[in-house]
Amino acid sequence: MTAKKKKPREYLRDGPDFTGAPLHEKLSETWRDGPGLIGWIKSVDHKSIGKRYLVTAMVFLALGGVLAALMRLQLSGAEQEIIGPDRYNQIFTMHGTTMMFLFAVPVMDAMAIYLVPLMLGTRNTAFPRLNAFSYWMYLAGGSLLWVAFVLNIGPDAGWFSYTPLSGPEYSLGKRIDVWAQMVTFTEVAALAVAVSLTATILKKRAPGMTLARMPIFVWSILVVSLMVIFSMPSVATASGMLLSDRLVGTQFYNSYEYGDSLLWQHLFWFFGHPEVYIIFLPAAGFVSEIVQAYTGRRTFGYTAIVLALCATGLLAFGLWVHHMFTTGLPRLGYAFYTAASMAVAIPAGIQIFCWIATIWTGRPRFMVPLLWVIGFIVTFVIGGLSGVMLASVPLDLQVHDTYFVVAHFHYVLIGGAVFPLLGAITYWFPKFAGRLMSERLGRIGFWLSFLSFHATFFPMHIVGLQGMPRRVYTYPAGMGWETFNLISSIGAVVFAASVALFAVNMLLSLRKGERAADNPWGAPGLEWATASPPAPYNFAHIPIVADNSPLWNEERPVAYGLRVEDREMIVTTAVEAWPDVREPSPEPTAWPLIAALATTVLFVASIFTPWALVIGAPPVAAALVAWFWPKRHHEGEPVIE
Amino acid sequence: MTSEPQFTTDLEPLPTHAFGHRSLTWWGIVAFFLIEGTAFAVAIAAYFYLMNQDQAWPPPPFLPPDLLAGTLFTVLMLLSEVPNTIAKKAAEHEDLKPVRRMLIAASLIGLALMILRAFEFASLNVLWYQNAYGSVVWLLLVLHTAHIATDWVDTLVLTALMHTKHVSGRKFVDCAENAVYWRFVWLTWLPIYALIYWLPRLAG
Amino acid sequence: MKRAAPLLLVLCGAGCGGSQSVAGRDGVQGALIGGLFDVFLWTTAAVYLFVLAYLALALVRGRRHRRDRAGAQGEPAAQAERIWHIGLIAFAGATALILAGLTVATWLTDRALAEAGDAAPLEIEVIGHQWWWEVRYQDPVASRIVRTANELHLPAGRAAHITLKSTDVIHSLWIPNLAGKQDLIPGRIADLSLHPLRTGVFRAQCAEFCGLQHARMALDVTVETPAEFARWYDAQLVPPPAPTGGAALAGFALFQNRQCASCHAVAGTPASGMVAPDLSHVASRRTIAAGTLPTTRDNLMAWVADPQAVKPGNNMPKVPLTEAELAALGAYLETLK
Ligand code: HEA
Ligand code: HEA
Ligand code: HEC
Ligand code: CUA
Ligand SMILES: [Cu+2]
Repeated sequence: MTAKKKKPREYLRDGPDFTGAPLHEKLSETWRDGPGLIGWIKSVDHKSIGKRYLVTAMVFLALGGVLAALMRLQLSGAEQEIIGPDRYNQIFTMHGTTMMFLFAVPVMDAMAIYLVPLMLGTRNTAFPRLNAFSYWMYLAGGSLLWVAFVLNIGPDAGWFSYTPLSGPEYSLGKRIDVWAQMVTFTEVAALAVAVSLTATILKKRAPGMTLARMPIFVWSILVVSLMVIFSMPSVATASGMLLSDRLVGTQFYNSYEYGDSLLWQHLFWFFGHPEVYIIFLPAAGFVSEIVQAYTGRRTFGYTAIVLALCATGLLAFGLWVHHMFTTGLPRLGYAFYTAASMAVAIPAGIQIFCWIATIWTGRPRFMVPLLWVIGFIVTFVIGGLSGVMLASVPLDLQVHDTYFVVAHFHYVLIGGAVFPLLGAITYWFPKFAGRLMSERLGRIGFWLSFLSFHATFFPMHIVGLQGMPRRVYTYPAGMGWETFNLISSIGAVVFAASVALFAVNMLLSLRKGERAADNPWGAPGLEWATASPPAPYNFAHIPIVADNSPLWNEERPVAYGLRVEDREMIVTTAVEAWPDVREPSPEPTAWPLIAALATTVLFVASIFTPWALVIGAPPVAAALVAWFWPKRHHEGEPVIE
Repeated sequence: MTSEPQFTTDLEPLPTHAFGHRSLTWWGIVAFFLIEGTAFAVAIAAYFYLMNQDQAWPPPPFLPPDLLAGTLFTVLMLLSEVPNTIAKKAAEHEDLKPVRRMLIAASLIGLALMILRAFEFASLNVLWYQNAYGSVVWLLLVLHTAHIATDWVDTLVLTALMHTKHVSGRKFVDCAENAVYWRFVWLTWLPIYALIYWLPRLAG
Repeated sequence: MKRAAPLLLVLCGAGCGGSQSVAGRDGVQGALIGGLFDVFLWTTAAVYLFVLAYLALALVRGRRHRRDRAGAQGEPAAQAERIWHIGLIAFAGATALILAGLTVATWLTDRALAEAGDAAPLEIEVIGHQWWWEVRYQDPVASRIVRTANELHLPAGRAAHITLKSTDVIHSLWIPNLAGKQDLIPGRIADLSLHPLRTGVFRAQCAEFCGLQHARMALDVTVETPAEFARWYDAQLVPPPAPTGGAALAGFALFQNRQCASCHAVAGTPASGMVAPDLSHVASRRTIAAGTLPTTRDNLMAWVADPQAVKPGNNMPKVPLTEAELAALGAYLETLK
């Protein structure tokens, strides 16, 4: 071996002799983001990236919400022409695309990036630079979509862009290319996060945190990350094929040249159905965490809930055809997808049962997050049950592509994911910000949201049954739809106001909220063992875990001996979480941003010429090489034989 | 509720790098296998889907691809596993000399493969825009070429790295993982080779 | 409406029936699906009430617990937990049973739908276009084939078998009063069976997003007695009367000489364009432009004067016409019965 044998150097380490304030000082120095804008850009801290992700996703929620308000304005009465068909089609496409790709999935990623390392008792994610890269890709994709929309080249073929409508013949111009490339951006971002989170969850857990002691939220993120890994390549490949049909004349979806437009539907929904559980399962994870914090008992049925999460994740890959019941595939196949779709109701029901049982047998404190959970149950179950109706082929033949479906998915998306999300933000806000959100504003906001939500979306079931198709920019008078649509529109205005109130509450509390203790709710998870907000290094000493409610124990065992002047983290074994290796963790760097910029140039240019793939590749490769090129101070210690 | 920490476990004796599933890099690589493997699976599923839409495959008057270039490519690919295994073993023993030699060999093989690949494209007997059959065959080949190219660049960079003074235990881990990645690249090639070159002959 | 009537009435006031409604159940298929809907509605309503009751009790119990044992943490004794485990298993089992029941009900309905056909149905072909419907009544005798657009006439009590095609993008034919919907996919052929039970005037609307004017792609469906249907059918076989009046004659000339005839067909005249609705009997249809406007002379003229103002983005161009020419065309079109 030619590497010079160095004398083992003594490194400064944490431990019984080095703890408390001096340790805090040193560790902060090591783990802090650099100063100023440059420091902000170079940050690889999961908390900074998580917050960035969260704020960006909330901005997209507001943007998507404004579009929803425009649609409701247009639909508030019959025969309205406030918005023409061309703009309307862009608006509903942008609304769906923004909400699904730029809000719902990223916002769950945001919460996971922030919370998972804290819940696991570690200092950062497994691949922090990949996280940073992911954020920049997400920002670039979202910006691309919205800049295009402002320039009137916003996509207009719906959030699932069926071919041949979205193909080269029926969608001229660049609108669909923008959409497809935005999909690529967000898929790259989501995949990067999924890889990082999977590795974090499997290899960065606190010593002693076996898989069976993981918080349920972390389980949900593990399941979702694996779902992302297996579903997103499908839509990325499919949208790549769509782009190449449009740009270089391939014939994948052209039925006159041996292609087939249903191929698109299969590939899209093979991703699209898992996608909805990718949104829902983290929300279910929030609920499990909130419920135990506010009832003072561990969530009832830990094992059952974990199995339910895994079962949902598996089943999700066998359901996609239920979005295609009206395409005329063989009846026998449909029967299978009906049964499979119904089967997902079992794990969903198990979770509902366990949450209510937790409330029943616990000592609930009816604070705002728990209110959101109750509102979630009342609302989500309606959406789930309408989902069961849709899973029945004959019923779906009637209500497919009507407002009944629109009602279904807003019940499950908003009731099932946004309500828990708002509860979760309220719950973890003290961790994010060091201050509590206003309970009073929160309560008002909750009731306002809850009531106006139902006013907005319940009537949609009825107009759907009365025959109103979705994606219509206007409708004739005299169909019996006007009153319900007007109620929906009024409800939507109030609902938007209540979401805005939530945002106001966040902003006010950020500056004026009551200062939060480390564990204001007496919750059992490790994230509450950190300061509020956590120090840059999260944990001064790595906690050791003996069950799945560590903070409800008297003991606080810790592991020690990590280097303090360099970023070092431990790697534990995948199942038992034995401490195994000490590995360095990357320093802040701008290379993820530069790599993301190079990739952005490549992707955007490839909308205009396929040669961009050739010309744009070397800069991307160069940026990646620079990213991974070893840095001096990264030298490890001499190998210990 | 909060009480003072009890110091129970000292982490200092732990090693600072490890191979295989003990290293984070390995998990990252496996995750990327899964992603890319899924993308291949999707492309292969698309191939079968389109094939089942039509009786004749390839659609007349197109001929199946010529075998020579693709078969040579496959043979070279399989042979490349020899230096690859040697490199992996050597990296795991942190034995720099053979690692350097095998990396150079792998770089040269990569170059040869890229050249052969160009001939493969020329022997497909169909262009990507002529029909969906052509499109999907090109898709498979382009996807795989992207992987060859990526790994080739990766190997070149590693070769350069291992000839600098940056060599450290963790770099050996990278070499070992690069070897694992190469296995993935040639393993995925085998079904694609069968699909592109043999299925149209057997089904046609 | 039958059994679900009370609940549906609560849900949607008086407005549920109507000419474009799932609740109509005016065909065999619609009624079968309606019956299944009732089963699902009542079952899921019961499940929902159960969940609500369970939740409400939990809130009450929880509140009481809180008063009794404030501040404590941790679970109830293992004994008490066991009861809950049994409860969980029972709940999951009941869920599975209910779902199995709903699945079987689905299959039974699906079977019934598959068998609802008829030995000798009326054969019709519907072709979707952006954004109008081409309708063709098939007959082995070529001279008895009827070609029309944006309207469907069906005899009550007789099954109809509709072959569905599309020439451009995906559309979906949905006549909620009669049956579920079916997509029209380019490059594929699908079919839809109808079996209207009673006479009535219904509205169908394209149910798959198909571009700019997806909102205005409706189809008028008239279910009439067999005798009325036969009368209508025979009238469709006869070319429209040759125009007589001065204005109508002038309109006829314009129609043939301006672009109209290159897109539209009128039976018995040289006009034989195939890319646009057949206009042979346009004046006898209830609406024009796929349900956009009622068929009146004024509306016909408004349409021809500026189709893009009436239905922005549709595929009929504005043909420059003077007032007089427009009036002549209006007069001519009105004779096409
Ligand atoms: C968070 C997102 C989310 C979730 C969780 C769900 C959950 C479900 N969805 Fe939904 N769905 C969407 C988002 C979601 N969906 C979206 C976005 C679309 C439309 C896409 C588009 O077209 O734009 C859609 C569309 C959609 C369709 C296609 C409709 C169509 O286009 O025609 C179908 C059909 O089967 C369906 C079914 C289901 C089912 C069976 C569930 C089940 O998972 C529900 C299970 C839950 C319960 C059933 C409630 C709790 C259970 C109990 C209390 C136990 C007791 C219950 C019984 C005994 C029944 N969904
Ligand atoms: C998570 C996903 C999500 C969410 C949250 C929403 C939210 C809303 N949606 Fe959305 N919707 C979809 C996902 C979602 N939707 C999808 C996937 C489609 C299908 C698209 C397609 O067909 O392709 C769809 C389609 C859809 C339609 C059908 C359009 C059509 O078919 O023609 C309608 C119609 O009413 C609608 C309405 C609404 C309304 C009123 C809200 C309201 O909840 C919105 C509430 C408003 C806000 C959240 C904004 C509030 C904030 C502010 C006003 C600013 C203040 C901000 C700060 C101070 C920071 N949606
Ligand atoms: C380029 C082709 C084209 C030309 C030229 C054209 N039309 Fe049309 N026309 C259409 C199409 C397409 C529609 C269906 C529009 C829709 O509903 O979306 C239509 C619809 C109509 C309708 C309504 C038919 C119905 O049943 O709904 C009438 C009436 C009509 N055209 C009359 C005319 C007259 C009169 C002229 C000449 C001045 C004319 N068209 C020229 C393409 C054309
Ligand atoms: Cu045709 Cu929608
Ligand atoms: Cu689904």
